Amino acid sequence: MESLILTIIATSIPLLMAATGELITEKSGVLNLGVEGMMLSGAVGALGAVLWLENPYFGIIAGAMSGLFMACIFSVFTINFMTNQVATGLGLTIFATGLTGLAGAPLVGKTIPSLPKIEIFLLSDIPFIGNILFKQDLVAYLSICIIILITYFLKYSKPGIILRAVGDNHVSAHSVGYPVKKIRWYATCFGGMCAGIGGAYIPLVLTPHWSEGMTAGRGWIALALVVFASWIPWRIIVGALIFGGITIAQLVGQARGWPIPSQILSMMPYLATIIALTIISSRISKNNSVVPASLGKPFFDTQ
Amino acid sequence: MLKFCKHIFSLVALSASVLFFIVTNSFANPTKVGFVYLTTPGDHGWTYAHELGKQMVEKRFGDDVKISVVENVPEGPDATRVIRELAKQGNEIIFTTSFGYMEPTLKVAKEFPNIKFEHITGYKRSNNVATGNIRFYEGRYIQGVVAGLMTKTNKIGYIGAYPIAEVIMGINAFAQGLRSVNKDASISVIWANTWYDPVKEADAAKVHIAEGADILAQHTDSPAMLQIAEKNGALGFGQSTDMSAFAPKAQLFASENNWGPYYIKKIEQLKNGKWNTGDGPDHWAGNEWGGISSDMLKISKFQNMPDEVAKKAQEALSGIKNGSIKIFAGPLVDNTGKEIIPAGKTLDDGALWGMNYYLKGVNGKVPG
Repeated sequence: MESLILTIIATSIPLLMAATGELITEKSGVLNLGVEGMMLSGAVGALGAVLWLENPYFGIIAGAMSGLFMACIFSVFTINFMTNQVATGLGLTIFATGLTGLAGAPLVGKTIPSLPKIEIFLLSDIPFIGNILFKQDLVAYLSICIIILITYFLKYSKPGIILRAVGDNHVSAHSVGYPVKKIRWYATCFGGMCAGIGGAYIPLVLTPHWSEGMTAGRGWIALALVVFASWIPWRIIVGALIFGGITIAQLVGQARGWPIPSQILSMMPYLATIIALTIISSRISKNNSVVPASLGKPFFDTQ
Repeated sequence: MLKFCKHIFSLVALSASVLFFIVTNSFANPTKVGFVYLTTPGDHGWTYAHELGKQMVEKRFGDDVKISVVENVPEGPDATRVIRELAKQGNEIIFTTSFGYMEPTLKVAKEFPNIKFEHITGYKRSNNVATGNIRFYEGRYIQGVVAGLMTKTNKIGYIGAYPIAEVIMGINAFAQGLRSVNKDASISVIWANTWYDPVKEADAAKVHIAEGADILAQHTDSPAMLQIAEKNGALGFGQSTDMSAFAPKAQLFASENNWGPYYIKKIEQLKNGKWNTGDGPDHWAGNEWGGISSDMLKISKFQNMPDEVAKKAQEALSGIKNGSIKIFAGPLVDNTGKEIIPAGKTLDDGALWGMNYYLKGVNGKVPG
């Protein structure tokens, strides 16, 4: 049981990191569909760095930087040149798939040391819970810290409220003097770094090698998670664990011969996302929407 | 005089160009060969095995062939376009190296009746489409023998891609090998529903280990399963190519796909005008289905196992090679107790491609 829970947590963390980053990006009004691409570049960057510097912690930094690089490309196009965000995001993923394939070609077939587990003093000795919660790796702790921080940031801090204002109505935010483009740049870059770390987690912990397209669609699930969480940070944790849990549950079900077809379990997370979307949109009329109102709309300076 | 020189000159030029034409067309006329790959070859797994085969072709024929390769071709409509393009470029024989290219290959073959097509692992043929496949299940029988001797928990974890006959016959062959040495062990199967998703394959391996399996086998493409086995002190088998670089302590051996001899044979047939798909409505004779005895399936070095086990594995290997071991010989009973064939009979190739049941030794039932 314990090892199954640990597997669920490990599977959830890339989703958690990437979705958290995307949440901040979307809160500022930018819809970046390039999460999958940013995760891939994070993965290849991390693997390259660890092979070169032989320390898995550099992998986290390199992953973040690779994701950041992709996010910068996206920002230049969508924020400065005001291209269509959906098209640019899709383009970014396709571009990154090719680029990482090229960059990763010399890395194929090499393995790297995994990220070590860090035991938290005393707490890790608690039976069961200690093993599950307090014997994790740095990225796992980091992801929870980031969730707590951005919850506070969005709700109580002034920059967080400005970020939301930019995402909800960029014209008003601009007219009271906030630098809309600059804020969106920051938010997109943060999203890129988080996605990069999420992608880096795959070779650093889950399967320590590089192979082309190894994120296999997890970036898209992260995007769905943001919607599932209705742009509320703590719900991403719940969502990621549900996604991870169902993924593992369907594997366990098969190994034990449960009579439920695995395909039904596989589609559950997506069904849950659609249901969440339906509930969200049915509520929009009642109290103001949770969806950032300017999401996906380009901002023109002259307005 | 000048005029005469001019005549001579043009005559020489004409004959030279005619000569050149003859030379280029009869002597240095390479056979144009096309390959369609599912992914980039990398250095392990399915497509890499095809790449090695292609290299053998290059080595064997040198300048007598001109090879075009298209990598990273998704199965589906894109494949049709790529295959058609290769046909238009004048390739005389085109190898399409993944199961999902079956319909696209047949479709393009209809448009280009003079071009020969070789579809890998498919079951549909036509007048200019032959198929080639490897008896992968022979290697899996040996895996079963080794697993049965090595397991301590008597639980084998198997990761399958899709519940198609190809994969199911592998599981059943594994079970036959397993039960030939160990009647108490059994196989649990997890379907990944993908050929390739390292994270999912790793998750499936972790689940198998958490459920008590100590030997893992896979019919998916990434080395993720072996890496998880290595990390958790379990053992497993490499897929398509030797994967011991990923799991030096966990890989017992790998079944290696050796496509080279088949490619060379088919290209030679084409050069000699002997290429054909045989008679009959389904052109069964056009199917090249080789295994250990024809060297299309190779078994890598036995490692991480005691000498006695390696010896048993070697015996199974030579038994399959010389035909003394018939993997699907009766009496065969499925895992619900139903008799498939009585003693004295052996399943024929057609019956293997119709497998939709598990033999004794496998838990659960085939989905769908």
